[in-house]
Amino acid sequence: MLFTRFLAGGLKSPVIIGALVVILAIGVIVPVLNLAVAPGSAFHIPDHMVPLFGKYLCYAMAALALDLVWGYCGILSLGHGAFFALGGYAMGMHLMREIGDRGVYGNAVLPDFMVFLNWKELPWFWHGFDSFVFACIMVAAAPGILAFVFGWFAFRSRVTGVYLSIITQAMTYALLLAFFRNDMGFGGNNGLTDFKDVLGFDLQSGRVRSTLFFLTAFFLALNLLIAAAIVGSKYGKILRAVRDAEPRTRFLGYRPDKIKLFAWTVSAIMAGVAGALYVPQVGIINPGEFAPANSIEMVVWTAVGGRGTLVGPIGGAILVNAAKSWFTGVLPEYWLFALGALFIFTTLYLPDGVAGLIRKMVGKARSKPRGKDEETEAPAADAPAGAAE
Amino acid sequence: MTDTQSQSQSQSQPVPAAAKAPINPALAPTPSARKDTLLYLDGVSRSFDGFKAINELSFVLAMGEMRAIIGPNGAGKTTMMDIITGKTRPDKGDVFFMGDIDLTKHDEPTIAQMGIGRKFQKPTVFETQTVADNLLLSLKGERRGIPALFYRDNRKDRRTIDGILDKIRLGHRRDELAAYLSHGQKQWLEIGMLLAQDPKLLLVDEPVAGMTDAETEETARLLREIAVDHSVVVVEHDMGFVRDLGVKVTCLHEGHVLSEGSLDHVSSDPQVVEVYLGR
Repeated sequence: MLFTRFLAGGLKSPVIIGALVVILAIGVIVPVLNLAVAPGSAFHIPDHMVPLFGKYLCYAMAALALDLVWGYCGILSLGHGAFFALGGYAMGMHLMREIGDRGVYGNAVLPDFMVFLNWKELPWFWHGFDSFVFACIMVAAAPGILAFVFGWFAFRSRVTGVYLSIITQAMTYALLLAFFRNDMGFGGNNGLTDFKDVLGFDLQSGRVRSTLFFLTAFFLALNLLIAAAIVGSKYGKILRAVRDAEPRTRFLGYRPDKIKLFAWTVSAIMAGVAGALYVPQVGIINPGEFAPANSIEMVVWTAVGGRGTLVGPIGGAILVNAAKSWFTGVLPEYWLFALGALFIFTTLYLPDGVAGLIRKMVGKARSKPRGKDEETEAPAADAPAGAAE
Repeated sequence: MTDTQSQSQSQSQPVPAAAKAPINPALAPTPSARKDTLLYLDGVSRSFDGFKAINELSFVLAMGEMRAIIGPNGAGKTTMMDIITGKTRPDKGDVFFMGDIDLTKHDEPTIAQMGIGRKFQKPTVFETQTVADNLLLSLKGERRGIPALFYRDNRKDRRTIDGILDKIRLGHRRDELAAYLSHGQKQWLEIGMLLAQDPKLLLVDEPVAGMTDAETEETARLLREIAVDHSVVVVEHDMGFVRDLGVKVTCLHEGHVLSEGSLDHVSSDPQVVEVYLGR
C-alpha cells in the first residue's frame, strides 16, 4: 500500500530506528516495572511516577510536532500549546461525558459546572462527545481545522518570520481568554476535571495508567515515524527548500503556502494527539494550557534538544521536564531562572542543541562527518527518575 | 461586462503602433505579429514611487531565439524580468507569452509552470541540500506537495539529473552540499536547475558576474549549448561575454529600448555611446 511504503521511508536512518526501539521499549518497561515488580524492590516504579513519565512523553510529542514546522519549515510557532490544549479539551469533553450521574450534583445529562451555572440543557457542541470515536476524531479535527484555516490565511498573505510567530502567539492568547469565559461552555477557569473512567475502565487503576503510558509511547513512536517519513521524502526536500529560500521555490513553480500548510496542519494534529493523551494521565485540562508561556516552553525544549533533528526535541522535552520536576521539588522559586538560563546558554553555545553536540562528538570520533540531517544519537533514553512533582 | 469586452477587443484588433506612442516606432511590434512570438512586450510601463523603472518598453523575442540585453545600472533590466516572471505587475502595457498567454494575469508559480525559468543575479541554490537534490527539486513535473510525499527515486529522473550534471561539469560533486560549491559552480548549478525545469524560455540575469575569465568562457559555452533547443534571454554587463555569445543585442536605457541589432551595430549607435560614455 502507498501509505506503508511512505512510512517505510521513515526507516532510512539508523538513528530513527534506534529512537523508535528505545521509545517502544520504555513504553513496555515502565509499566512492567510498575506492575510486575514488588513495591519493595529497587527496580519498582511507584504508581505516581507512571503518569509523570507519561506526561513527559506527551510533551516530547508536542516538541516533535513543533520541530516538524520549526526545524524543517522555518515556522517558529509560539502557539503550539493551543493545538495541544484543543486536543486535550476534545478528550476531556469525552471523559466528562463518561462521568454520567456520578458528579457532585448527580445530574445524568449535564456536567457539574453546567449545573452550577444553572444551564438547562447541553450546548450543541457537546453533542457527540458521548462517543469515544467521535472524541478521537475531534482530537485531530479541532486542532487540524484551526491550523488549516489559520495557515491558509497566514501563508497566503506571505506572513513569515517574527510576524508569523507573533500572530501564533496572539492566537493562543485569544483562545486562552475565550476558554476562561464561563459562557463558552468549556468549564471556564476550572476547566474539565474529576474524570472517572475511560471506556468504562477506572482511570485510577494501575492497569489503565500503564495502558495509557504504553499508548503514549506508541503514539510518540508513530508520530516520530510519520515525521521522519515526511522529512525524508521528496516533500521534505521541498519543505527545506521553502525554509531556506522561499521566493526561489516560487520561480521553480512551487506554491510555498500550500507546501507549508500541509506540514503545519500535520504538526497541529500531532500536538492535538499529545494533548489528548496528556489529559487522562494528568486528570485535568484548563485554560492555563493555552497560556503563551506553555508554547514558549515547548520552543525551549525543542531548542535544547536540537531543532531540525526530530529525535533531539524528544530528548530535550524529557530532559527539561525531568529537570523541572526535580527543581520544582527542591528549589521551586528558582525554576524559571534556571529555564531562562538554559535557553540563553543553548542559544549562545549550543545552536544545534544537545543533538547537535552529540552529532559533533560522534562526527569527531569518526573523524568523517556524514553531514546528514538525522545523524544524531538517540538522547536521554532513560529519563532520570529523580523526583516527584 | 462592457469593460472587459472592450478590453479584449482592443487586444485582438490591431491598434496602430503610433496610438501607443512607443519611443521608437520602427522598433514597436504590431499585435498581428504577436502570434508567432515567444515573448511579446508592448508599451509596458512600471514606476516605483514616481520613478519610471520601465517606460513604454516594447520587446519581442521569437521562438528559439537567444537574446542578450545590455544597459547601464538602473536601465530596468531586472524589473523587466520581474514583470515577465510575475513578481511585479506592470502599470500598463501588454505582456504575452507564446502569442496569447497574458502574463500579467498570473503569479510566479503559474508562470514558472508554464515554462519560464529564471536565474537570479545572485546565485540562489538550496545550500543545505546536495547538488543532485537541487536538480531533483527543479525537475520538470509535479509541483504539489502531497504527491511528493510518495515520490520514488527512479532511473529516468536519475538519468536526467546525471545528464545535466555532466553538462554543467558538476558530476564529481553530485552528493555534496550545494553550500560547499564555489561561486562559479553555484552559478552553473543554477543554470543546471533551469535546464532541469526544461522551460520554453530561460531568463538569465548576469550569469558571469564575479566569475574568472576561464569560468566566463565556460559559461558562454554552456549558454550557447542551451540555446540550441531553448529560447534564452541573457542580461549581462560583460561586453566580452556578450561578444562570445554572438547573438542579437538589445540595449535598454531608462526603461526603454535604446537600440537593437548585432553587437557591432548597437555599440556603434551614437545614442548607446552617449549613454555609456557620454557623461
